[in-house]
Amino acid sequence: MVTSVTSFGRSGLSDWLLQRVSGVILLAYFLFILAAVAGGVDYASWRALFDQVWVKVFSLMALLSLAAHAWIGLWSVLTDYLTERLMGTTGNVLRISLQLLISLALFIYVVWGVQILWGY
Amino acid sequence: MLQVSIYRYNPETDAKPRMQDFQFDTQGKDLMVLDVLEQIKAQDTTVTFRRSCREGVCGSDGLNINGKNGLACITPLSEVVKNNKLVIRPLPGLPVIRDLIVDMSQFYAQYEKIQPYLINNTPAPAIERLQSPEDRAKLDGLYECILCACCSTSCPSFWWNPDRFIGPAGLLQAYRFLADSRDTATDDRLSRLDDPFSVFRCHGIQNCVNVCPKGLNPTRAIGHIRNMLLTRAT
Repeated sequence: MVTSVTSFGRSGLSDWLLQRVSGVILLAYFLFILAAVAGGVDYASWRALFDQVWVKVFSLMALLSLAAHAWIGLWSVLTDYLTERLMGTTGNVLRISLQLLISLALFIYVVWGVQILWGY
Repeated sequence: MLQVSIYRYNPETDAKPRMQDFQFDTQGKDLMVLDVLEQIKAQDTTVTFRRSCREGVCGSDGLNINGKNGLACITPLSEVVKNNKLVIRPLPGLPVIRDLIVDMSQFYAQYEKIQPYLINNTPAPAIERLQSPEDRAKLDGLYECILCACCSTSCPSFWWNPDRFIGPAGLLQAYRFLADSRDTATDDRLSRLDDPFSVFRCHGIQNCVNVCPKGLNPTRAIGHIRNMLLTRAT
């Protein structure tokens, strides 16, 4: 048993499951956006699309999925390549700094996204 | 003449590893890679490697042969030699003790973690614990592992986290005991595996399946472990 307090769900299984589910949600959302854009959009039609509550909810769902998906994926990358075993203490400092930076970026994206979706 | 290039390194005297070239006359025979090594060692006795049974059972001569891990004793030249060149290196990712010999401690430590023995706290029967032929069949494709480390040392996840990711060999054995009808510690075994590293560093790269000299499939076993964890926890 290898514990880690920075992994998303503290459990390998929950991270794995969330990564799959969020991946499916993101795929569905990007296909939806692709279909919406494919026919050509102007301001009015885009506005009408996002005035529907279900589109806002779907978008928020995709945004939260993106944040979770990105965290789990990037956490895996960082814990592979930036480790004490490979780089000594530098690895720990770099890894934790980047983890903080990534979580800050994701937090900003989520809050900003909510503001865009419901703020106008 | 076959061009043979062998990784040489003695940490006590060499500043860094080097490749030493040998010219080898196969006399038109399709030898095993181990035969080539043995004959080269007859010329230069300082070339160091492990070998024992020389028939793919003991698992001591796992090497990186022309870029692919395998057992030297059961790998014929015809299978690996391209452009008349044979490059032999130690298994990647583990510390080199000398030349082609690696320190397998990390590999064994991961194997030890999965408790590779039958756990059954019920009173022992008079003769033996019986198992139906169907239950016994579930261990096929798992028990054959000889712990040569070809799979784990070809796995990038194991390269980066040999201290935290159990690796394909250990996980194949973990499933061998999870699948055994005589073992009663299934739940405890699963609890010990449910963290972000032990099992879940497997990203399905499948190098393990590609190199296993016994034709086993660790990726499938890891999938089974994941399903058992999922069934238990949802």
